[in-house]
Amino acid sequence: MTTRQHVLVLYLSTSALDSQVVGWSVYDGTGRTSPTTGDSDEPPYRSGVDALRDGWRLFQAAQLIPPYPGGEYDVSFLKHEFFFEKLVDTSAGA
Amino acid sequence: MAHFVAHGSLRLDAVVPAEMNAEAIGFLGRGVPGVPYGSTVPDAYPEGSFIRRLLGIPAVAGALRSLVGPDPRVDHHFVHIREPHEGRAQPLHGDAIIDVRADAFDVQLMYYPQDVTLDMGGTLSVPGSHLRRTNETDTGRYQNLLGQSRLVCPAGTVVFLHHGLWHGGRRNDSDTVRYMFKIRFNPTVRQRRLWDTSDLGDPQVAKELLRTFPWYEPATGRLEFYNRVLLWRSLTGDESFDLEHWVTRVSNRPQGEVA
Repeated sequence: MTTRQHVLVLYLSTSALDSQVVGWSVYDGTGRTSPTTGDSDEPPYRSGVDALRDGWRLFQAAQLIPPYPGGEYDVSFLKHEFFFEKLVDTSAGA
Repeated sequence: MAHFVAHGSLRLDAVVPAEMNAEAIGFLGRGVPGVPYGSTVPDAYPEGSFIRRLLGIPAVAGALRSLVGPDPRVDHHFVHIREPHEGRAQPLHGDAIIDVRADAFDVQLMYYPQDVTLDMGGTLSVPGSHLRRTNETDTGRYQNLLGQSRLVCPAGTVVFLHHGLWHGGRRNDSDTVRYMFKIRFNPTVRQRRLWDTSDLGDPQVAKELLRTFPWYEPATGRLEFYNRVLLWRSLTGDESFDLEHWVTRVSNRPQGEVA
């Protein structure tokens, strides 16, 4: 069996995995699809837990880092980033 | 202006007449030579030139003056061309480098000379992202954000962006070449009450400034309000302005001693 990684990145509304999806990205290691910036207005899942229920495996979650002193009111990157994967069988006929 | 401070953009649909749009499509494909950094508009674009006429359209001229004031400088312009079926989009980005000015901002004019359909890869932009402190394509990991704007517009549309707004050219999946001409303007005067301020006291102003966007994490969305208050204070000169007491409360440091 030959496997390739399918990666889903979800940005959630709080640090809780069952909170709402506010942003998303997809990367396809099989080369069968070419997701890119601005290709969809509809999130693939309502929450992070919904992705788990569909078979995605969580492999990284953003740490909770206190704001830098003096920058407590600054806004920057999205904070609640969760990486998921699915391993896809790319063997002939799969 | 409250709409611009909340959204980070101002869209003027079909303000450029059809004959000018046809003229633009005729030459934009060849590009437009660059201008020296800090050029005045008359130096960059001679009287009678297409771009000077574009900037003279009343709705365009009025918006530009309201945002950056009279006699802005031009430090960059460029023709963006999205080729048919080119395969990929630009990563989400802010132009140039991170810009942390809280009391001044540049604007970018984006002009679309043709009808832009969804599959032509009209500019992606993220409403309310302009105050985020990020640098250029460091946001490239974000493919889609809830409530994003995928531009679909009639020919002759002009959009002004706060320079910090996250944006990117989307993948053109159509058979048509898509053009967009962009100019960056730098203010030469303090950006204070440069627009029609006769309705500053209208309750709709605060309501607009409190607009939230679907992609905001609720906690960070409150910090967006905080930063909008600071920008609004700078734009109006009203240091007492606040939205729901957000800034006032955390600035309260009483100095008086108990008698």
